Amino acid sequence: MADSPVIEREKCDGCGLCIDVCHCNILVLVDNVITVIEEKKCVSCNRWCAQCEMICPTGAITIPFDVVIEER
Amino acid sequence: MAVQTELLKAIPYFTGLNPEELDSIKELIFEKEVERGEVILLEDEPADALYFVTSGAVKVFKTSSDGKEQILSFIRPGESFNDVPVFDSGTNIASAQAVGPVVLYGIRKNDLEVILKNHPKVSLNVSRVLSQQIRGLVSLVEDLSFRHVIARVAKILLEYASDGTGPKPRLTHQEMAAMAGTAREMIGRSLKSLEDEGAIRLHRHRIVITDKEALREIAET
Repeated sequence: MADSPVIEREKCDGCGLCIDVCHCNILVLVDNVITVIEEKKCVSCNRWCAQCEMICPTGAITIPFDVVIEER
Repeated sequence: MAVQTELLKAIPYFTGLNPEELDSIKELIFEKEVERGEVILLEDEPADALYFVTSGAVKVFKTSSDGKEQILSFIRPGESFNDVPVFDSGTNIASAQAVGPVVLYGIRKNDLEVILKNHPKVSLNVSRVLSQQIRGLVSLVEDLSFRHVIARVAKILLEYASDGTGPKPRLTHQEMAAMAGTAREMIGRSLKSLEDEGAIRLHRHRIVITDKEALREIAET
């Protein structure tokens, strides 16, 4: 199961806005396509902020969440 | 760095201008570099310039008296912010903060008047830009005043919550936005509201429903 942002390479236009907004510094451009490095660091903020998904103008990044009910 | 004509061409305010016109406008534009997190404008302070983002992104937001933040929009390269006060001579209508390293092009109020007088095409472009901004704001007003987006997001979460009977698909902000018929920005805001109300908790790659009854009540409002 993916534990970091999911990138659709063909949608990425290499604008780099997601790199700017990422608090955990896990995104870099490789061959002008956004790439995730150090997947585990994506949770440095202890929650997926999803700022990269929000800022991406082409919808190339998604952060998939599980929705679960807390067991009591 | 000097103001570049190529970057000006990509700004909707200057669509359709020839190279000579762009060169004359360039003289009236200043560049400003801003660091991540830096506040560029404060709400209600006097305004003296409008800005275009040429690289990076800027968050435009209002803050309530109890410190709650309401994001109005994210400004991406080519887009402008603080347009209104330079035209109506009022104060800044919202605050603006860099969400990463940002390079801005700015025009002071007096210089903008010169540009509008000398280049009528710019006036038409400005009308178009402001009309689009009004559309965005009306849509935001609709979402906020009827609260239906939060209720719809609550409903989506209840539908997609795993109850232990089998795996349920994971949800992205984009998917939730498409299902709720709203913008991605509204999803982040709605999840934050639901968390503030104690119905859910965001933790790593999970949206944990902490109070199913409360979430159901919100979904039915």
